[in-house]
Amino acid sequence: MKVSIERSALLKAMSRAQSVVERRNTIPILANVLIEAEGDGLSFRATDLDIEVLDRAPAMVLKAGATTVGAHTLHEIVRKLPDGAMVELESDDAAGRLAVRAGRSSFSLATLPREDFPVMANAEYECNFACDTPVLRRLFDKAKFAMSVEETRYYLNGVYMHAADGLDGRALRCVATDGHRLARIDAPLPQGADNLPGVIVPRKTVGEMRKLLDDDDVQIAVSVSETKIRFATPEVTLTSKVIDGTFPDYSRVIPTGNTKRLEVDATEFSKAVDRVATVSSERSRAVKLSLDEDRLVLSVNAPDSGAAEEELAVAYGDEPLEIGFNAKYLQEIADQVDRENAVFLFNASGDPTLMREGDDETAVYVVMPMRV
Amino acid sequence: MDTLCRDCCTLVDLAPGARRCPACRSPRLTSHPELTQLSIAHIDCDAFYATVEKRDDPALRDKPVIVGGGKRGVVSTCCYIARIRGVRSAMPMFKALQLCPEAVVVKPRGAVYVEVSGRIRRMMEELTPVIEPLSLDEAFLDLTGTARLHHAPPAVLMARLARRVEVELGITASVGLSHNKFLAKIASDRDKPRGFTVIGRAETGAFLAAQPVGVIWGVGHVTREKLANDGIRTIADLLGRDRKALAARYGQMGDRLWRLARGQDSRPVSSRNAVKGLSNETTFHEDTSDPELLDGHLWRLADKVSSRLKAKDIAGRVVTVKLKRADHRLLTRRHALDQPTQLAGVIHATAAPLLRRSLAEAPFRLLGVGLSDLVPGHLADREADLLDPTARSRTEAERATDRIRARFGEDSILKGRALR
Repeated sequence: MKVSIERSALLKAMSRAQSVVERRNTIPILANVLIEAEGDGLSFRATDLDIEVLDRAPAMVLKAGATTVGAHTLHEIVRKLPDGAMVELESDDAAGRLAVRAGRSSFSLATLPREDFPVMANAEYECNFACDTPVLRRLFDKAKFAMSVEETRYYLNGVYMHAADGLDGRALRCVATDGHRLARIDAPLPQGADNLPGVIVPRKTVGEMRKLLDDDDVQIAVSVSETKIRFATPEVTLTSKVIDGTFPDYSRVIPTGNTKRLEVDATEFSKAVDRVATVSSERSRAVKLSLDEDRLVLSVNAPDSGAAEEELAVAYGDEPLEIGFNAKYLQEIADQVDRENAVFLFNASGDPTLMREGDDETAVYVVMPMRV
Repeated sequence: MDTLCRDCCTLVDLAPGARRCPACRSPRLTSHPELTQLSIAHIDCDAFYATVEKRDDPALRDKPVIVGGGKRGVVSTCCYIARIRGVRSAMPMFKALQLCPEAVVVKPRGAVYVEVSGRIRRMMEELTPVIEPLSLDEAFLDLTGTARLHHAPPAVLMARLARRVEVELGITASVGLSHNKFLAKIASDRDKPRGFTVIGRAETGAFLAAQPVGVIWGVGHVTREKLANDGIRTIADLLGRDRKALAARYGQMGDRLWRLARGQDSRPVSSRNAVKGLSNETTFHEDTSDPELLDGHLWRLADKVSSRLKAKDIAGRVVTVKLKRADHRLLTRRHALDQPTQLAGVIHATAAPLLRRSLAEAPFRLLGVGLSDLVPGHLADREADLLDPTARSRTEAERATDRIRARFGEDSILKGRALR
């Protein structure tokens, strides 16, 4: 194989490849990226056996062929090359080396045979649909903060994507929860997604997929089977196994009878929570909300380190209420609000609280209170 | 020589040769020349869980009772009737039932044990502020300097405490009284159940010399075998050994053995020991790969750790599972929770997958469970689980009970099963 490729195109492809490749690998080949040269371009394939990314970049192919080389090393080299450089890659299969040349720099990297590279088996995708980038971005961005990192409940370590009955007809729905808070985000169901099987998209895949969603004008082709999900743009195909588990019945968790309504400017609220939480030295900082007519007092009382209080003007017309929350959780849900006021619906101080943006029910958040 | 009647709970004047209390005719007398001079006590409830179960269900009174989870397969505690038949705690359930097929197996009721333990604790607090709880059913008390306040020496106070626990709570306890923690703990174990043993300074050396090395805390059957191979079976055998040689052979343990063999223990009784972590471990008689059996031990250890956390009113966030393989290689696996806990159920649920993932390394000779990253108890389990509403209502019910008790007294609210 011998090719010449622009540094920026190579860097882009290698950044994606190296972020899929795990830093520590017990199987040497998994540290490598598979580079294939054919026609007028290069393809880059990287995998951790759960996710596979395939990226294509235009290049001048002088001699077709393929090899595999350490993804992190090649990425680092390309990153350090000067902008605008042309990079030449030439493999010597007999010697097991890949020569990387740019300007006056040259590198020789150890390779492994391409035959050893594991390629993910192709799945039968029973559901294929196209989704506008901003729609997919909103679905996952607003849900992903609630994903769990607890390994004991591995089936919560991702975003549950499925078709559901929303308020205005069928919806493409993303749900995430860690048992303390929950996010449920709806978008109109795209054409062709009626038979979408419910799948749990793993945390790492959510992160990798998000990198495909920066260009608003591109449509994302989504393919789903019971065991795999694929997101594709014209250049990049990301294939991932889904989490083999059952997502809990979240609908019974979302309170329907909460009537005590608080309306507050989300940004002001989030900042105030952040300020009062500063005095607490605990790992999970608890903030108390004391509600009275059109008045909200946020307070923190940490016996060892101090106390703080801040009052906010809000819209609240129900009976007085005191309720505690983990400051981080409150901030994270308030930060999801970007256009209107945050509307909180409370029941009692021990019950789950609901939050949404204005009266928009396509993005609903639930947060569990904390004993204060 | 001073003599204490454990039924009258007073010092009595005994005529020479008399064996009963002149006032109440009770034979439960304790005589010791240093009786009124010793002030470090250890109190240990007798077969605590099993005794509580018998108290709450009198039909069990004369039956052998084993407390332990059915499927979990390990004995947590057993009553003295079951002990006569050879049943021991940590024994696999099937083996216990072979030895004692008519035993009644009762599931542990953690909340009840915590409640009883809390009431004992408050009785102790009336005697001294210097209490060091070791778990739900045992504690050290330092009664030094309390005689003037209570108008009675520590021995009398401890006898009163044991009697009060028996009369008011319906469970029995054994007391050890000595001049340091090591000896007080040995003493409480001498005469169980309903025991009261005193070890004075003058007799310390002679008393210890005759004891097997197993009385030393931390010497389990593994260390015991190792010592036996070196010809050390009793403490007298230890006394003949050089301090440096012991330290070289057994490390830190060696130095401890040297000191404790001489009855030297300067650790203060302290409720505020700056503990970084708490752990319990067990070495199996035979190496095991049996997932059920391992899980049974895991549950028992998690329960023990939880019981100690509750007794000390602290909580921890990092759960560690410790495993020793047949070749003595040590494995530790840890997991950080997102909030500190005191609950046995949470500790077990966190430790179980860590153990399960290590099963490929089995068989194991030792299993341990620990909790670290400790915080004060009030920070434990503050956030309920959205996905497990029943856990939430259980916790709420318990907290409501606590509030009612705080306002209207201990007996204002009881669980229905406690009245049976």
